[in-house]
Amino acid sequence: MKLEIIGITVLWVFLYGYLIVASIDFGAGFFSYYSMLTKKDHIINNIISRYLSPVWEVTNVFLIFFVVGCVGFFPDTAYYYGTALLIPGSIALILLTIRGSFYAFANYGARQSRVYMFLYGMTGLFIPASLSTVLTISEGGFIEKVGTEVVFHADRLLTSPYSWSVVFLALVSILYISASFLTFYADRAGDTAARELLRKYTLFWSGPTILASLLVFWSLSKHNPVHFENALSIGWMFGASFLCFCVAVYLMWKRQNLGIQFIFVMFQFAYAFFGYGMSHMPYLLYDYVTISSALTNSTMGWALVGAFIAGLFLLIPSIALLMWLFLFNAKYVRGEK
Amino acid sequence: MDSVFWSRVLTETTLAFHIIWATIGVGVPVFISLAEYWGIRTKDPHYILLARRWTRGFVITVAVGVVTGTCIGIMLSLLWPKFMQLAGNIISLPLFMETFAFFFEAIFLGIYLYTWDTFKKPIYHWLTSIPIIIGSTMSAVFITMVNAFMNTPTGFTIAADGKLMDIDPIAAMLNPATPSKVAHVVSSAYLTSGFLLAAIAAYHILRGNKHVYYKKALRLTMIAGLIFSLLTFVAGDISGKFLAKHQPAKLAAAEWHFETQSEAPLYFGGVLDKETNEVRYAIKIPNALSILAGNSTKTEVIGLNDIPKENHPPLYIHYLFDIMVAIGVYLALVSAVFLYCWWRKKGSEWNKWLLRAIILGGPLSFIAIECGWIFAEVGRLPWIITGIMRVDKAATTSDSVALMTILFSILYLILTIVALVVLNRLFKNQPAEAELENMPSQGN
Repeated sequence: MKLEIIGITVLWVFLYGYLIVASIDFGAGFFSYYSMLTKKDHIINNIISRYLSPVWEVTNVFLIFFVVGCVGFFPDTAYYYGTALLIPGSIALILLTIRGSFYAFANYGARQSRVYMFLYGMTGLFIPASLSTVLTISEGGFIEKVGTEVVFHADRLLTSPYSWSVVFLALVSILYISASFLTFYADRAGDTAARELLRKYTLFWSGPTILASLLVFWSLSKHNPVHFENALSIGWMFGASFLCFCVAVYLMWKRQNLGIQFIFVMFQFAYAFFGYGMSHMPYLLYDYVTISSALTNSTMGWALVGAFIAGLFLLIPSIALLMWLFLFNAKYVRGEK
Repeated sequence: MDSVFWSRVLTETTLAFHIIWATIGVGVPVFISLAEYWGIRTKDPHYILLARRWTRGFVITVAVGVVTGTCIGIMLSLLWPKFMQLAGNIISLPLFMETFAFFFEAIFLGIYLYTWDTFKKPIYHWLTSIPIIIGSTMSAVFITMVNAFMNTPTGFTIAADGKLMDIDPIAAMLNPATPSKVAHVVSSAYLTSGFLLAAIAAYHILRGNKHVYYKKALRLTMIAGLIFSLLTFVAGDISGKFLAKHQPAKLAAAEWHFETQSEAPLYFGGVLDKETNEVRYAIKIPNALSILAGNSTKTEVIGLNDIPKENHPPLYIHYLFDIMVAIGVYLALVSAVFLYCWWRKKGSEWNKWLLRAIILGGPLSFIAIECGWIFAEVGRLPWIITGIMRVDKAATTSDSVALMTILFSILYLILTIVALVVLNRLFKNQPAEAELENMPSQGN
């Protein structure tokens, strides 16, 4: 296999991992805050905090891993995106900082506070919004190379319908993924009240995710017709995504096999996310940077692949232990430990 | 002010802030693990409580360390895109491995925090602290390798057309600066964390908290403190020899050393006359610089006059170096005096002035960390990668850096205040005495 394909696949898998774990985390923050406002926090907060407490730190790592891996495999991306993303990147960083630290303050500190909960809930919506602009920018048209300078057109980004439809998709997906997972978790914990409330949230947000996806397709066809054509040529992936969605919603509706339900949600997003990624190829930044033009030298590339494989040998057993202790350990989930 | 200036300010601010939490993040797990192990070994619940309480504070600090680490990790690409483009080609391997090390640490920290009473044998819980230490220390090691590369870049050649050739990622990782830097960073992080925890224990004893719990905490941290301060000395000495050989400009600027000569004296403090390059009011130690540079008075030390002026680092780093060294000596002395008094068994180690000196050692050790890092970074100027890329050629061209600097500074200020308030409340609401009453008394 070619090095650049291995590199982008590894990175894309990690970004997908981030998409899932971060969505659960971001959505959970929003639901905690929302349920506090609607005085339903006693129903779901236990479930949320029992899941999040041991794993929140792990979430951030997926993102760092993606960024560092990107610079490692494709150093030119650091140059283009680094220059262009100063403002959206810094805003996302500030929000991530606030979110992470205030989560710890609220959770390990002495008391709950409305301000902490507010910050924790709201940052969960704004971070994905600002991070999703990176994918928008990669479609081209927002970064221009003038002479030796890289110029970023923020005004175009803010007025682009495509950009806003991506933000919309990011927000509703987060709430949907998160609610779907938490419903499953509440079910395992045998907490019927929480399960019912979260099930309602899941069903409520399921429709909008499909609507938002269609919107993204439509605006992409206007913004970058080449990418849109490529996406149509692998249209079966998006069809498969929709099928998985239907199965997941059916299971949720029937309250059956909620674990399988969540796996179908993961497949729904996997098909869509990898379909998007494959049709995006070979560009990392449309028209300027491709995976071959930006690829690092082969020595470094293979060294990174080697380090990655060695790392997996270390991480997979550790993650398995973490999941065994907290996710699939019925006693812990029920709060008996 | 241009984007280079503001990029430097923002990077400096972020690093200066992050290094405090990162140092705690690297060092404190060692002490938590030590206390828990000793508690299990001697069946003394006081040490277990010590480990538990340190852990509770640690998670707050580690959270700030994680988020600011995320900031600096991504900020490097945002502020120094050309540097990262080049660095990505040669030194991205340890950066990549650092994320794995951190991942490993994060997973086991989650496990450690929530399994205090899960295992039948307490030693299993202690075992989960080992990956935390490995993860956090290896994070520091890998990141320091990247920094070492910036000081002494190796593992590649540059062709006539500017293309990078013969890239060897392992040689880049194991560049000449790596051994001394890694040793110095890790040992000083352990030392600083030890003094932080010692200062807290000493503060409680000084305030009149009589419980033996605090005395045990202080003895443990002081023993480790002396060991780590000696190790830090050795690492510092190795660093001096490394600088003399590979980064003579940094050493010469730090020591205000102008004429290349053997039997070079070392100046401590003082004022530099910029016209004549004469050092006044300093403590002059004959031959000491030659000994620092090569263990012999005969060692020739390169002076600034033999280095092109445009490659001189700023000369104020002399003071940073001196402060760092002075604090290092102070910490070693304080812990040695404490242990000597304890050994003489007259109880004189609880002397109020000695306790005050230990408390002072807490903040001082952090000042030493800051001085050391600023010295290391400013001393590399004008280079971002020595001999390869200048700082002013590496920065972003964006004109919004000033605004971002202001935003991040406000953020760091708020985080500091809130973190301190939260930590204070956390321990005030649940004093050790209250927890001690709920356990069987033992092992006084």
